[in-house]
Order: sequence, then C-alpha cells, then structure tokens
Amino acid sequence: MTTRAVIYGLLIVFAIVYLMPLVVMVMTSLKPLQEITGGNMFYLPHDLTFEPWKKAWGTACVGLTCAGIKGYVWNSVRMVIPAVLISSLLGALNGYVLTKWRFPGHKLVFGMMLFACFIPFQSVLIPMATILGKLGGIGQTLIDATGYSFGFGDPTVNLVLVHVVYGLGFTTLFFRNYYETFPTELVKAAQIDGAGFFQIFRRILLPNSAPIFIVTVIYQFTNIWNDFLFGSTFAAGDSSPMTVALYNIVNTSTGVIEYNVNMAAAIIAAAPTLVVYVLAGRYFVRGLMAGAVKG
Amino acid sequence: MATVIDPIVAHAVQSPRLNIKDRLRDWIPRLVLAPSFALILIFVYGFNLWTLVISFTNSKAFTNFNFIGWANYAKLWSWTFQTDPPSNWYTALVNMVLFGGLYVVFCLVLGLALAILLDQKIRGEGILRPLYLYPLALSFIVTGTAWKLLLDPGIGLEKAVHDLGWTSFHFDWVVDPRMMIYCVAIAGIWQTSGFVMAMFLAALRGIDSEILKAAQIDGASAYATYRRIIIPIMRPVFMSALIILTHMAIKSYDLVLSVTGKNPGGAAELPSTFMYSYTFTRNQMGVGSASAVVMLMTIAAIMVPYLYSELREKP
Repeated sequence: MTTRAVIYGLLIVFAIVYLMPLVVMVMTSLKPLQEITGGNMFYLPHDLTFEPWKKAWGTACVGLTCAGIKGYVWNSVRMVIPAVLISSLLGALNGYVLTKWRFPGHKLVFGMMLFACFIPFQSVLIPMATILGKLGGIGQTLIDATGYSFGFGDPTVNLVLVHVVYGLGFTTLFFRNYYETFPTELVKAAQIDGAGFFQIFRRILLPNSAPIFIVTVIYQFTNIWNDFLFGSTFAAGDSSPMTVALYNIVNTSTGVIEYNVNMAAAIIAAAPTLVVYVLAGRYFVRGLMAGAVKG
Repeated sequence: MATVIDPIVAHAVQSPRLNIKDRLRDWIPRLVLAPSFALILIFVYGFNLWTLVISFTNSKAFTNFNFIGWANYAKLWSWTFQTDPPSNWYTALVNMVLFGGLYVVFCLVLGLALAILLDQKIRGEGILRPLYLYPLALSFIVTGTAWKLLLDPGIGLEKAVHDLGWTSFHFDWVVDPRMMIYCVAIAGIWQTSGFVMAMFLAALRGIDSEILKAAQIDGASAYATYRRIIIPIMRPVFMSALIILTHMAIKSYDLVLSVTGKNPGGAAELPSTFMYSYTFTRNQMGVGSASAVVMLMTIAAIMVPYLYSELREKP
C-alpha cells in the first residue's frame, strides 16, 4: 500500500513540475504588469486582464514595426501548409517506390536519404544562403522584365523549399516503414490485372494510407511550425515566421520588459502545435517514435 | 540522376522484346523517386561538400575561393586549448560537454524512471502521460521563453521562494554567465524527457509477458526483474535514445538563444551558436564553415554506424 502511495505521489509531483511552466505562462499573460513585477508568479491573477493578449496580437513591437504578431502567424501558416503537403506527398511516393518497386541499389538510396535527417543544419546554411541569394537575383530580373517575380526570391517560397528538402528524409522514412508492412501480393495482383504504377498508388496504396498520412502531417507540421534556425537565417523582418517574431519580441532590449505580452505571444506561437497535440496526441507520439526509433 | 539508377532493369533483361511503352513503365518508379533523390544529393550531399570546400578558404563576409589549406582548422585546434582568456571555441566545447552530458543523462534517467512508474498499472495513466509529453509539442523558442521567466531572479522562482519566507534563497543562474548553460540544460531536459519516457514505455509494453510471469514464479523481486530481465531486454531502445539525444544536443541552437536571451557575451556558446556567429555576424565564414564541418563529422561518427546497423538488421 505504501509503495502504491509513493508511486502515485512521485507521478503527481512530476506532473506538477512538467505542467508548471505552462501554468505560469498562462497566468502571467493574464496579469497586469505591476502584478507580475510586484507579486508572486504562482498566485492567480488578481486583476484579470486580456490586454496583454490584445497587445501581443495587434500592437506589440517586433523590431521597428508595432503591429503585433498576427502578420507573422500568417507568414507561418502560408509557409507551413504547402511545405507539409508537398513533403508528405513526395514521401508517400518515395516510400511506395522504395518498398513496392525496388530496383538495384534501393537500399543505398534509402540510406542516403535517411542520413539527411540527421545532418546538423549548420553544415548547409552557407550554400543554402548563397543559392537563395541567387534565386532572389533571378526574381529581381523577372520583376524588372515582367513586373512579377513568379515566387523567385520570395522568403515564404524559399522557406517552403528549404523545409520540403530537409523534411524529405523523414517523410520517406515514415511511408517506407508503413508500406513495408503493406501486402505486396495486392500490388502484384493489381499489376497482373493491368494496373499501372500510378493507378496502383491511387487505388490501392492511398486509400489505405490515412494513418501514416496523419502521423507524417502532424510530425512535419510540428517541426516546420517550430523551426527557428532556417526562419531566422533565410527570412528577415516582416517576412519572418512566428518563432522568429516571438524571439524578437521577447529579446528587445529597449524599454520595460512586458512579461505578460511576451507570454501571451509565446502561447499564441505554441497554440497550433498544442492543439494538434491535444486532438491527436496519439499520432503525434507515434510520429515522433517512428522518426526516432526504427530505420 | 543517372548515377542513381542502375542501368540494368531486371525485368528488361528477362524479356528482351519489350516495346517502348513497357520500357517506360519500368522506368516510372525511378523517375518518380529521382527528383527527391536529386534534391537530397544536391541540398544535402552537395551542400555539405560545398561547406567543406569553403572551410579551406579564407572566406570572410562573402564566400571566396582563396584556398589557405588547413589554416581554419588549425585555428580551431589552437583555440581548443586557449583557456586564458577562454576562446569562444573553448567555451563552446566545454559547454557542449556540460550541456550534452547533463541533457543525455537526465533525459535517460528521468525517462526511464517515469516509464517504470507509469508501467505499474496506474489508474489515470491516460491523464498523466500526456502531461509529461506535451512540452515536445512546443518550439524551443517557446520553451526558452517560459523557462527564462521561471528562472528570472526578479520575478521567477527566486522571488516566489522569498515570498514563502526563505529570504536567503539564491537562484540567479540564468543571469550568471558561469551558470547559464545549466539553465539551458534544465529547459532541454524538461522538453525532451517525456519523449524518452514514451520510448521506454513503448518498449516496456512490448516485452513478452510470459518472461515476466516466469520470473514472478521463480520468486524474483520487482527490482531484480527490472535489473536482470527488463532493462537488458531494452538495451536497443537505450541505444536509440542515447543516439537521438546526443544528436539533438549537438544540434541545439534555438534553446540556447531563447533561454539566455541572445547568449550574452557568448557565455552559453555551443558549437552551433559559434558557427552561426562566426559565419553571419563576425564575417569569418571560413572559420564558421570549418566549425560546421567539425559538427557534421561528430554527428556522422555517431549516426553512420547506427544507421548502418539499423538498416542491415532487416533482410
């Protein structure tokens, strides 16, 4: 009986510790500033206020512009949706080829794609910056000639490209592992019946891929939404994604530190991935494990 | 692209009378895979090679191709031992060992402890488990922001403890250059230990219950069962967790910046922040890329044997 009590006690203590930062963040974001600097961060808000949230959303200063973070949330949304969809779809096709249409050397190809998941991104930053600079040059030429850049040099397009490329390893891994267990006999039978490559993919593989699509999309969404290194290196100023904007709000060295506004902004930045976690936590964990545990 | 695709199409060899349509059908799978593989070849392998080339030049704010041999690496090597005053590279390496060591050890220990505790047929596991795991959904910037507030001596934990009456309590690590890196480790452990817990819990649940029953019949205590049977079975998961954590520690970048607030004075320097500042703010791109190559080699030394063994296991 005492052992059970100790076990439950420990588990609850840990749960409190893990929960504390989020609770403190939420409470801080609902307090006026003097209550934060003068009071105790563990106390419930005395004068409950939503002003910090309004300010974080609409009028907080990121660098020199003071229009809140709403624009940056939009930047992230515009970047994350195409990046997730393209990399997931490519991953599905790659996984399909690597399991059902094997060719000599498929293992080496997969191994090389898999290693791409683990490179430190520092080792590609300089070439990437150079190439994106070149794309920007092309965009400028196009603007001069036609008045439209066709997406060349656009920071959002650049980030989509970067995230698609460096997400390919993981998405291919997910789908490859999933299709490995999918009965090859079905594919063979369809082939004998005269179905082609894409027909088999669309009619047989895709309708059975919902679980792995969910896992991949959640994993990619979380990763890309939370990225900071690429966002801060390849997108500047008003075109930054949410994480970069949050970092800039929190680390401005001018004026009084508005803890409540900072925390409101941080919760807004965290909200999409937290919502995904609450709604689809099972898949979220499965995705992480699939990406981590087994090749 | 041609290098990817083996010219011998097994099918084509068996039936030499294939027409163009059949031939095309045989090539479709490779053509579908080719763009992705080409992207990886260029953006991962090509770019890494490019960085390697730059590391042998004296590139400053822009890349150039004045080759200076191993000079950038020699510089890093001499900085490795420059302790008075410590060079940024020395600080980065020391911090890497401190942060990496604490991060890996505590994540493993906490993860295993939580997994074992949760595995005792706990009521409410469905509520507890997500609470340990949710930090993973947050970005390192958000995690850093939260912990910076908690650890802030003016308004955070120190202040809260003072309010309780323990006024001599002192906890200002986040503003103390010598202690900053420990704050980064605390935030990192908070973020990732739940994930390690999930890995271990999955492994525990996967253990054949027959073995455990047999141990129980033999009269083994719970402690002995864990020590002698369960943990040895879980060795592969330990290995995976260890490798993933090490690799994450080496890559850590945003957490350092956000917990410390821009890494003031380079006190919480890690190789990743060193690379960034030498490349993009100090205009020493040659040195920066050399440090990136060192990072890459370190990770490759860990990952390549691991991936090789993982892929080889499967027939």
